[in-house]
Amino acid sequence: MNSAVPAAVVRLTLRRSWIGWMFILPFVVLFVVFYLGPLLVGIGMSFTDMRSTDVTNPLAVDVVGVDNYLRLVNDGAMRRAAVNTVVFVVTALPLTIGLGLAAAVLLNSGIARLPAAFFRLGYYLPNITSIIGIAVAWKFLLEPEAGLVNRLLELVGVQGPNWLQNQSTALPSIIVMTAWRSFGFNMVVLLAALQTIPRELYEAAEVDGAGRWARFRSVTVPSLRPVLLFCTVYSSVGFMQFLEEPLVMTRGGPLNATLSASLAIFGQFGVGNYGYAGAASTVLFTVIVALAVLQLRLGRNR
Amino acid sequence: MRRTRRQHAIIYLGLTVGLVLVVGPFLWTALSSVKPEREIRRDPPTFWPETWTLDNFVELFERVSIGTAFANSVIIALVLVVTNLLFCSMVGYAFAKLDFRGKNLAFGLVLVQLAIPAIVLMVPQFVLIAKLGMVNTFIGIILPTVVTPLGVFMMRQFISDLPDELIDAARVDGAREFRIYFRIILPLCGPALATLGLITFLSSWNNFLWPAVVAQSENMYTLPVALNILNGNEGTHYNLLVAGSVVVIAPILLLFVFLQRFFIQGIATTGLK
Repeated sequence: MNSAVPAAVVRLTLRRSWIGWMFILPFVVLFVVFYLGPLLVGIGMSFTDMRSTDVTNPLAVDVVGVDNYLRLVNDGAMRRAAVNTVVFVVTALPLTIGLGLAAAVLLNSGIARLPAAFFRLGYYLPNITSIIGIAVAWKFLLEPEAGLVNRLLELVGVQGPNWLQNQSTALPSIIVMTAWRSFGFNMVVLLAALQTIPRELYEAAEVDGAGRWARFRSVTVPSLRPVLLFCTVYSSVGFMQFLEEPLVMTRGGPLNATLSASLAIFGQFGVGNYGYAGAASTVLFTVIVALAVLQLRLGRNR
Repeated sequence: MRRTRRQHAIIYLGLTVGLVLVVGPFLWTALSSVKPEREIRRDPPTFWPETWTLDNFVELFERVSIGTAFANSVIIALVLVVTNLLFCSMVGYAFAKLDFRGKNLAFGLVLVQLAIPAIVLMVPQFVLIAKLGMVNTFIGIILPTVVTPLGVFMMRQFISDLPDELIDAARVDGAREFRIYFRIILPLCGPALATLGLITFLSSWNNFLWPAVVAQSENMYTLPVALNILNGNEGTHYNLLVAGSVVVIAPILLLFVFLQRFFIQGIATTGLK
């Protein structure tokens, strides 16, 4: 400590530090106890054979090295879950952002304020609704005989499948439902960004003879790049962890057709394989972080 | 950009078709919930109920302990609203207006917590709750989210924009930091607190996975957990399920319609849900 600094100032700085930490104490304690601690414990657990029965008796836990990770590679259900998760993200992501962008562009194309607010409200609604409430509504819609979807299909002479019990339609059904549920969020974020694009840019492009589509490609999309990047990273982090949708709609079936990585981990947790679940979640965590970093790199460099 | 009347019509048409597709499932569910079970199963289906009835709701509340679950959901959500309003504004104030050693590091932790996927934490968090003897308790459901990083982030953003002069003047007057926070900052945070309260209520009300893991007996179930049990116990009772769906969705819908302004502000200020 520099002796030129008066003692009173040092005391004041220390007191300020102490007060600052007192203010943030609730967050820090909770973070350490419920987030940082469990994160590290979870990674540690993944190298052990810990089971639910070992919670009361930690001495029964043995270190098994990377056995859990090796088991993951050879686990058919886990591999299926990984494939399903990739398929889900790769299809639901463009669908969700595309719908969000379409809705935002339409809402920003000079329609009156009041109807715009009304549509925005409606489109955002599924986003704030309980997943279980939505799952019930969709199961009811997709029910093979009594469901509205198949009855409407009957009207045009098509026999609709048993959407959620058919191996080839179960995952697509959940993907469509997810896009339906999530696009409103992207719409709100993209709409806010659209409203900040200066009108002069469009006018200049129009003077240069650019058509509607050319203006969209050369003005709108580049201006939205940072926000689109945000939507992509945010949505892919969320979609990589999709769990509740298949849990409440199909329980991962039929025959693991809708089993996601997170749902598989949840299942292992349910049967008490804590160590194994820990290994799978560590892998998933690593992949999610890597994907986000990669997207941010690519998005910034281009 | 100038648009012809025809182009306007096309835009409205597109938006309306979209709205029907988005709101349709809700409307269909709501209309079905007030039809008798026979009418729900009728082929071809009726759109507008022929017979209006509340039997499905009566049966739901009698046969399943939905009343308890509803009360549990309300209690948990309200407790979390109170703790989050208090703690997030306190922590946010410190990050926005106080100088202290390690502040940047501590704020980094907020962002780290935002980024940790829930599924990664679930197993070890459950083990911790079990160790603490909090399985099947309200406190076990509530504790991990009494202060959320998103709330801290939001409050910090909002409080940063308040003028420093207010605080400096109070300091000159010799007011203690806690008093400044409580008497000067908090009363100015009204709009941000309203948004935070709504978002907290919403996410608690809709939270499904963690309560499903912690609550293990029927008297501890929250609404989504109870509804999921009903959903798993064979989905043939669609009359009960659609009624349950309405019970879980309607309160949020009412909040949303009347307080839409605050929801949209929340997204705008944080860039997040």
